[in-house]
Amino acid sequence: MATALALRGGGGLLPTLRHGPYRLFRWPSVTATSAPALASPATWCSPSFPVHGSRGLAGRTAVMAPAQGPTRYLGIRNVDVAAAVATAAAARRSVSTGAAPSPPEEVVPGPATAFTEEEALLQDMVSKFAARNVAPLVALMDAKAELEPSLLAQLFEAGLMGVEVPAVHGGGGMSFTSAIIVIEELAKVDPAVSAVVDIHNTLLCNAVRRHGTDAQAAEWLPRLATSSLGAFCLSEAGSGSDAFALKTRAVRDGDDWVLNGTKSWISNAKEADIFLVFATVEPAAGHRGITAFLVDRTAAKDRLVVGRKEDKLGIRASSCCELTLDGVRVPADNVLGPVGQGYKIAIGGLNEGRVGIGAQLVGLAQGAMDVALPYAAERHQFGRPVADNQGMQFQFAQAATELAAARALVYNAARLVDAGLPVVADAAYAKLYASQVADRVAAAGVNWAGGVGYMRDFPAEKFFRDAKIGQIYEGTTNMHLATIAKLLAEKYKA
Amino acid sequence: MAAVLAVRGYGLLPVTRLGALRPLSWPSMTPAAAPPRTRLAAGCSNPLPFDGGRGIAAGATLVAPAVGSSPRFGIPTAGTCAAVPDAVSAAAAARRSTSTGVPPPPRKEVVPGPATALTGEEALLQDMVAKFAARHVAPNVASMDAKAELDPALLAQLFEAGLMGVEVSAVHGGGGMSFTSAVIVIEELAKVDPAVAAVVDIQNTLLCNTVRRHGTDAQAAEWLPRLATSAVGSFCLSEPGSGSDAFALKTTAVGDGEDWILSGTKAWISNAKEADIFLVFANAEPAAGHRGITAFLVDRAAAGGGLVVGKKEDKLGIRATSCCELTLGGVRVPAGNVLGPVGQGYKIAIGTLNEGRVGIGAQLVGLAQGAMDVALPYAAQRQQFGRPVADNQGMQFQFAQAATELAAARALVYNAARLVDVGLPVVADAAYAKLYASQVADRIAAACVNWAGGVGYMRDFPAEKFFRDAKIGQIYEGTSNIHLVTIAKLLSKKYEV
Repeated sequence: MATALALRGGGGLLPTLRHGPYRLFRWPSVTATSAPALASPATWCSPSFPVHGSRGLAGRTAVMAPAQGPTRYLGIRNVDVAAAVATAAAARRSVSTGAAPSPPEEVVPGPATAFTEEEALLQDMVSKFAARNVAPLVALMDAKAELEPSLLAQLFEAGLMGVEVPAVHGGGGMSFTSAIIVIEELAKVDPAVSAVVDIHNTLLCNAVRRHGTDAQAAEWLPRLATSSLGAFCLSEAGSGSDAFALKTRAVRDGDDWVLNGTKSWISNAKEADIFLVFATVEPAAGHRGITAFLVDRTAAKDRLVVGRKEDKLGIRASSCCELTLDGVRVPADNVLGPVGQGYKIAIGGLNEGRVGIGAQLVGLAQGAMDVALPYAAERHQFGRPVADNQGMQFQFAQAATELAAARALVYNAARLVDAGLPVVADAAYAKLYASQVADRVAAAGVNWAGGVGYMRDFPAEKFFRDAKIGQIYEGTTNMHLATIAKLLAEKYKA
Repeated sequence: MAAVLAVRGYGLLPVTRLGALRPLSWPSMTPAAAPPRTRLAAGCSNPLPFDGGRGIAAGATLVAPAVGSSPRFGIPTAGTCAAVPDAVSAAAAARRSTSTGVPPPPRKEVVPGPATALTGEEALLQDMVAKFAARHVAPNVASMDAKAELDPALLAQLFEAGLMGVEVSAVHGGGGMSFTSAVIVIEELAKVDPAVAAVVDIQNTLLCNTVRRHGTDAQAAEWLPRLATSAVGSFCLSEPGSGSDAFALKTTAVGDGEDWILSGTKAWISNAKEADIFLVFANAEPAAGHRGITAFLVDRAAAGGGLVVGKKEDKLGIRATSCCELTLGGVRVPAGNVLGPVGQGYKIAIGTLNEGRVGIGAQLVGLAQGAMDVALPYAAQRQQFGRPVADNQGMQFQFAQAATELAAARALVYNAARLVDVGLPVVADAAYAKLYASQVADRIAAACVNWAGGVGYMRDFPAEKFFRDAKIGQIYEGTSNIHLVTIAKLLSKKYEV
């Protein structure tokens, strides 16, 4: 589960001591063609149809010939506001204060939770995909603790595994917010599938997009977008929250690096073909020796051993395994970013990863309510629907309010990402709060469904089990509280 | 306190009246009156200086505004900055509230974006209000609270700074800015004094906006300049017998020739002591139930002895805002003072209160922020056991949790404000924002007293005032219970079986 389950029990990923790198981190400038598309209707064009799994031409949508070729996978083309986006993206930086600096002139604030037509269509398409392709398999995948291979193929085919990857590399070429919409919609049906898609998009694809050379992008992105599942390999048995105390070693040998060590709690490991492995080239240098390596499973042959799959409480369809690297030989070309800068790559990726997990948890909570409330409206006791009791109605309303607050935080952070504004604080707020809300709402969902809520053939208990990981992976709740507290101390320094 | 304290203990949106929410349509607005879009085209900046501002900031590009600037701030209306008048008027004309939690598919002109980010203009406005609050409000906060009185000089300064008519169009002497700008003003003021923010919120969102939306051109020309520049207003809906059950009001309006005669008693009317303009809801046809309720603009001077402002209530918090009983003993009001159609007053009240909730949400977010802004530095300075109290991780975690919930409340409020500005429905979002912000403000203000320890309990430290001021948040402009009922009804509609 990469940093996901890699953090179970061990903790999160942003130890107070390591907070320094955040302030210095700078995104490399992003070229116009690879910049995420802004949802600006000024140059908006309708999607070209048909869309995979979609309903075809909706009567109400005006279809215009797109100026550029459509993206293959969704048939939804990205909006071309390249100049504005490139400028905004080039200015991306993270700051450690809670306050956003003055926004660049091209930032257009707006309602974060409203969707453009393109986004609404995307949401609709993913919702149909989830109902048609995911829903029939949810219970089976949970019982077998296995991601159905045909479903994985369908996820790739629908373009859901490379939402932000540029079309030239076979991806959807869409914005970060679009990826968030995909993650949320999937999570309403199966949070485990959503986690797989989230990790692949936000931790793997985005790391290669941001830090890869052109050659690396050309080599790895098409595979990541169209066929090969990736795994983010940071945590180890001895380093969860204290991630940069990792011990996996990389030793230079001619033109290659040789990797030795053991990774723990690596999501997607069983199905993955591409592993993004963090290892240290110089233990004496501490975190400044950590380097990111792209490892191909086939090329590593039997030197890379994916261990036994862990048996988990929830998100069971997402595999989580130990990974042993026993003299894995990796060409120097496979180093992602500069040697010794791996910790920055990890931190940067996890910042946006938090927003993705926030979306997964918001979708989870929504899915839990979507099954529990109709049940409560149908279930009669004392001669009337259980949902007619005002006390319960107040609980529903309170849950909906907190869910709306979590969604507002997540989408606001996503829009900030797309606008190129810093999101360190907002991402932390979003993940922390969404995980707490998902826990509460999923637990309440079981309560509201009564006895039936406790049965495995009703969906509520799965949402409840799946929610628990939310306060643990991609930064435990305590680590996020520590991170936010440090930002506050900086802001209120006496 | 108008709909504000008027609902203490009761609230304003009874479930039975919820049906009225659905068919409400805003009257179409001309581009000139439409709220300006907060959209800056490349190269457009704000000409400086402005009242209380910092002068011309280095690096700011000056562009001569094409349309007249607002005289109050020197900040141009967004009309100078690549406004999209057709889209805005179309969006505003399409404003409607729906009863489901899900917004309908957005129109083409909607540009989603980060709700909490500010444009250059908004950031300048925020900065200006922060300076105003520090300079003019802060020195008076304690004395206004002790005396339970709004300083008249401060009231005059609020008008002079243009903070009382933020959205009123420049042609009527207002700031001509967006709803989000009004929300920014309210939040900034609340960080210093939530009571002053409440006065400004009521004036802007309940008085000015109601006249802007429902007034005829003649009424706009007569009342808006006064509301924007000199005359405090009161929103008079609640009565001793009708708080949450607002439309069971008993004040009557009897036709007499061209005039109406208003008789009855209003309770918990905010700003009543200082107000010159009263927006009074009375029933012109009691037999028709709530469908007889009509909105009347009453001028204090013109009403003469028939309008009696009673004793000011002695409150736990927001003491600087007056809250009085109002007795109308046969007040004569000309037909020209009827706001909107006769019998449509309940719709006017509901629609207005929808945005009012977002304003109150902003006041409470500012309150919570202000409370943290006093408590956290104190905790960093206060040493116990040889180190700052704020070094204890347990306390740090409490700070972080509070900051997270505050960020969530702010995200809800600003998202709702941005939805208002693009003309999308906000019934659910406004309810979420007000309910959640009021709960968060209660928790955070209470925690801040705790964090400040003994000092937090003393009246010469600001924490306890924020704590007292927060309590009204769960009561006015819709009690928490009423908001829960409202939201529950929206949910049952969404999940109807």
